[in-house]
Amino acid sequence: MIIAIASGKGGTGKTAIATSLALAAKRPLRFLDCDVEAPNAALFLKPKLEHRKPVGIPIPVIDEELCSYCGRCAAVCEFHAIAIMGNKSLIFPELCHGCGSCTLICPEHAIRERIDTIGVLEGGSALPEIQFAQGILNIGEPMAVPVIRELKKWSFPSPTGQINPIEQTSPASSNGLEIRDAPPGASCPVVETLRGADFAILVTEPTPFGYHDLRQVVEICRDLNIPAGVIINRDGIGEKTVEEFCASEGLPILMRIPLQRNLAQALAQGETIYTADVRFRAPFEQLLTKIRGIGHV
Amino acid sequence: MKQLVILSGKGGTGKTSLTAALAHLAAQDGWKGRIVLADADVDAANLELVLKPFLIESQNFIGGKVAIIQTESCSVCGTCAFVCRFDAVLSPTESTDQATEYHIDPLACEGCASCVYQCPTHSISLQEQVAGKFHYSESLYGPLYHAHLFPGQENSGKLVTLVKQRARLDAFDNQRDLIIVDGPPGIGCPVISAISGADLALIVTEPSVSGIHDLQRILQTLQHFGVPPLVVINKADLVPQATVEIQNFCKEKEIEVIGTIPFDLAIPRALVASEIVTAVQPEAPASLAIRQVWRHLSSRYLGAL
Amino acid sequence: MKIAISISGDHINAAFDPRFGRAPTFCLVDSESGAWSIHPNPAISSSGGAGIQAAQHIAKLGVQAVISGAFGPNAAQTLEAAGIKMFIAPTDESLTAAEVMQRFKSGQLSQIDQATHRGYHERSHG
Repeated sequence: MIIAIASGKGGTGKTAIATSLALAAKRPLRFLDCDVEAPNAALFLKPKLEHRKPVGIPIPVIDEELCSYCGRCAAVCEFHAIAIMGNKSLIFPELCHGCGSCTLICPEHAIRERIDTIGVLEGGSALPEIQFAQGILNIGEPMAVPVIRELKKWSFPSPTGQINPIEQTSPASSNGLEIRDAPPGASCPVVETLRGADFAILVTEPTPFGYHDLRQVVEICRDLNIPAGVIINRDGIGEKTVEEFCASEGLPILMRIPLQRNLAQALAQGETIYTADVRFRAPFEQLLTKIRGIGHV
Repeated sequence: MKQLVILSGKGGTGKTSLTAALAHLAAQDGWKGRIVLADADVDAANLELVLKPFLIESQNFIGGKVAIIQTESCSVCGTCAFVCRFDAVLSPTESTDQATEYHIDPLACEGCASCVYQCPTHSISLQEQVAGKFHYSESLYGPLYHAHLFPGQENSGKLVTLVKQRARLDAFDNQRDLIIVDGPPGIGCPVISAISGADLALIVTEPSVSGIHDLQRILQTLQHFGVPPLVVINKADLVPQATVEIQNFCKEKEIEVIGTIPFDLAIPRALVASEIVTAVQPEAPASLAIRQVWRHLSSRYLGAL
Repeated sequence: MKIAISISGDHINAAFDPRFGRAPTFCLVDSESGAWSIHPNPAISSSGGAGIQAAQHIAKLGVQAVISGAFGPNAAQTLEAAGIKMFIAPTDESLTAAEVMQRFKSGQLSQIDQATHRGYHERSHG
């Protein structure tokens, strides 16, 4: 089963909840930090990151010997990453999406591709039997989605040290659990994280901001046909709008976490909700059972 | 004309609350009419919720394009699925609604048109997508340019660019001195669009392990694009030793910490009521601290305008 | 010599637009005869690479020089590859294309051989 933790609004406690769930759930499990712009789960789960793999996108390289300067490649590029001016070819790597359309269209087969690195994947184990991996987008790179896409395909080494192909380690093909910590917002990186998940835990807070941004991410879950439940963080500070929305949309409220100064302090110092406050042990341990009871998962 | 962008790296540190408070304080402080506001967080556009502006104009935002397969002429050869590098072509077996043809998942489609050119029966075309709405409103504190990206859409960077372009035109046309941009979290596409052309960035951080980690990421990003940063520490008394750690780190990097704001329930209370904290609770500790931030900012960095 | 000027309008008396890639139209002027024509910029609503697209368009129109207020690195590189000279006019939107042309003829505009600003990453995904 793949569970993604998303929120719309930033700073609602996604990572605090994702890491607490990882500690409370039955192991072995996989944990993927998909917030590749600001990955923070490692600060809480403290994994040993032993494996690294660069992520890149394929950029065209034109063989001037073969090129006839017909301009087909520039004409088909939707992103204006190629220009053919007379007998000169120009490539703008920062505009390229790596789609390969130019490579396929070239009548002279004059285009090959090189990989431009845009980020890195890191993986290793955290505590016994939590297989941890995160993606890190390079500074100044705009595209997070390719890094997330590759992270989802990360294969963990087996206990014997061999790298298993994804099919064998993927929780989708076994009874294992995969937890994905999503980035904030409601645009393509969130969609890429949610795609393929069996259930989404949506974390919000009872404020107008939390309500507004929750609605956005609920709509994505609808589009992707993913069942979802809500955790209300900073419960008690505000209004009932979030609860009324959940009731009217048929979204179960899975847990409530009150705003407490000491809990906020513990989280700020790298503790999880699960370890910081014993009162949350049972709710997190029962969370998966609750989810299995709700979703068609 | 100067552009100030409010950023954080990590979400939920108080960017929007601070942006709204700065707009309010600026208007009180003789800056009324000199400011344009822009909300660059287009997939969680929250500034309007506290500014409660009067909507003047809305228009559709055409984002990217997506491929559409004409099923009448499709020969079901599968070339499109073979050439697509974004897993956006669903084969008849992958389809959830028992379709017998190939079709495109619009959320996964990159709009690259590779399939359009490779399809042997010319059955695929690109279609422009309405990916969101762009708005122009009037608030008590100045014009507000904002937008809503529809859930799950791409091209948020392009929509941010549009919001900022319109804000800049307004500032030019009406001789306004300052554009305040409420930025998105993260360091990727929409953040880069929010940073571009900015004269100064104000980073809102918090004394937590995540806050410090993401502060470093956004500072590196600003350095990469050559925009000078200032730092404000929110909830500063929550973990005092972490606040000291941030202050030392900034000192070492020669970055000014322009103020600290205490952990104050006045902020969430104002938020819940959709109000600006400096307007409804001007004497709250957080409001006094934000007033101090504005004073420093306006006298030391915006004074020469 | 054929010269392109970035403008916003459909006449030689329309306002100069200092943004090369995002200007709505280009006014093409023949410096000898003074004949002019207007050409829409196909890059105006482009989600990225507007400068490159505009430069390719200008090259197809067969101009020898282009006047704008600013050129990004990609636009400058593309224009240079096409052998098109770049001239900078003051970023003043009260100027008309005709007035810009006057200044060009009297040698008041400076030619540049590289980008005027570092440009922005425009890979428009996210």
